[in-house]
Amino acid sequence: MLLLAALISVLTTTGIVVSLLGETISFFGEVPITDYLFGTKWSPLFEPASFGVIPLVSGTFLITAISLVVAVPLGLGAAIYLSEYARPRTRKAIKPVLEMLAGVPTIVFGYFALTFFTPEVLRGLFSMEVTIFNALSAGIVMGFMIVPTIASISEDAMSAVPQGLREGAFGLGASKLQVSLRVIFPAALSGIVAAIVLGISRAVGETMIVLVAAGQLPNLTADPREPVETMTAFIGATAKGDIPTGSIEYQTIFAVGTTLFVITLLMNMFSIRMVKRYRQVYE
Amino acid sequence: MSAHGQVIGRPDRGRRARDLSFRLAMLTCLGLSVGLLGVLLVDVAVDGIGYLSVDFLMNDPSSDAGKAGIQPALWGTIYLMAVCVFFIVPVGVATALYLEEFADDKRWWNRAIELNIQNLAAVPSIVYGILGLAFLVRGPLSLGQVVLSGGLTLGLLVLPVVIIAAREAIRAVPPSIREGSMALGATQWQTIWRQVLPASVPGIATGVILALSRAIGETAPLIVVGAATFITFNPESLSSAYTAMPIQIFDWVSGRPSTGDNDFRPLAAAAILVLMGLLMVMNATAIWLRNRYEKRS
Repeated sequence: MLLLAALISVLTTTGIVVSLLGETISFFGEVPITDYLFGTKWSPLFEPASFGVIPLVSGTFLITAISLVVAVPLGLGAAIYLSEYARPRTRKAIKPVLEMLAGVPTIVFGYFALTFFTPEVLRGLFSMEVTIFNALSAGIVMGFMIVPTIASISEDAMSAVPQGLREGAFGLGASKLQVSLRVIFPAALSGIVAAIVLGISRAVGETMIVLVAAGQLPNLTADPREPVETMTAFIGATAKGDIPTGSIEYQTIFAVGTTLFVITLLMNMFSIRMVKRYRQVYE
Repeated sequence: MSAHGQVIGRPDRGRRARDLSFRLAMLTCLGLSVGLLGVLLVDVAVDGIGYLSVDFLMNDPSSDAGKAGIQPALWGTIYLMAVCVFFIVPVGVATALYLEEFADDKRWWNRAIELNIQNLAAVPSIVYGILGLAFLVRGPLSLGQVVLSGGLTLGLLVLPVVIIAAREAIRAVPPSIREGSMALGATQWQTIWRQVLPASVPGIATGVILALSRAIGETAPLIVVGAATFITFNPESLSSAYTAMPIQIFDWVSGRPSTGDNDFRPLAAAAILVLMGLLMVMNATAIWLRNRYEKRS
């Protein structure tokens, strides 16, 4: 009985893989896989249809990169402060706030990016000339969304560094800055890498912020002021309409879903590996 | 001696300044992250608070922004959460019991189940939507775009959260309680039912609430499994068409053109306030449970 319940989780994975693969294979029956992987034009729903996934992948990685520029320094800075500087009471008070930030539904971040961050901050405060839908706003707001992920995992890794290493360095006359950057940071590096990778995989898989705020325009560009479309946003936008089972539109959802699933799975496996490594060293 | 002095002597001014500015920089990082949460809450509150009213909670959506409300969305969300609870509690607890009380770590399939759960927790939510679309809405089960398929999709999505929390709660029950129970002649099942499970209820409940608070805000998978954006009736059964709070918000933010005096975005902000209110109540309950539980043990 219990084993059956446990198997539901395995069934879920199998279900995901089977459902993705089945339709993806029929998709590649109609679209050559090289056209898909290397094509630079994505317009599956209009004639003449073109199925090059590169604009979606580049859109995804552009936004992910922007979000990392925000989230990595902020997340690591917050982690260093919490682990090395903050008093236990401050730490206890701040952690739930970060958890709350992590619990905000992503549609809310989407609303915030579109109705506040683009018009008030980017156009207003920094007087930038951006289109109303743009990669920059979505990316920055997404960065704030993944700060808690990066901060909390890397803070765990930093707190796990044995006190003896800190005391040894202080004993040699190192300042707190030197201890943080040259002792704690390298010692916790595998945990920090795991945190960042997990952050990346959340950013790659995030749908609502980009669907709402980045525009839904497959656009092969490196200019963050322009609208782009990500893999997730394409799936969301296409699945919204009632599309017939077995049609090529239906199959594109699965092909793009497979691409997304493979990317995040690889990242997660890597991150689990790294977390295991730092646990083995210090516990 | 002089070399020594350089290392352990009084920190010179430059060093102190560097230390202080580093500390300030780190504090700024933390402050910015927390500050953004504040700005976000204030912005949504300013936009939406004027639109919150009993009418807003009781009305159906409408193409006239002045008359639109969230009643069907609110009921849709309640139905979804109910389906979710009835799915994740038994399955999550049973899985956790199996892994903690019965599974032999040395067997490869048990390790595979564990790795699998860890990986499931990081699958993008929209991929669960695709799973729901292919297996629950269409395909083998063909339930259609109804409450049941939506709730089950969300349930599958948050199942790992429940499993992980339930395992921790079960692991926290001291072995002495199990041994004492067995020594008095109880079978393993009796021990689990009468000792282990009751002792781990607060931990499990906390996990379930946290899982629901994640499920309640999920939008992307519901878009894929076909929650409708314009529905003017409450769900009546598990096989009703439905909409949900986050879907309603999404529709008001980007589904319809907002022109002049027929602007739907403030309604989205008001609906966000209701959703965030629900979330805070859920999180507060979870924190309260956790604290009470920690004090006792």
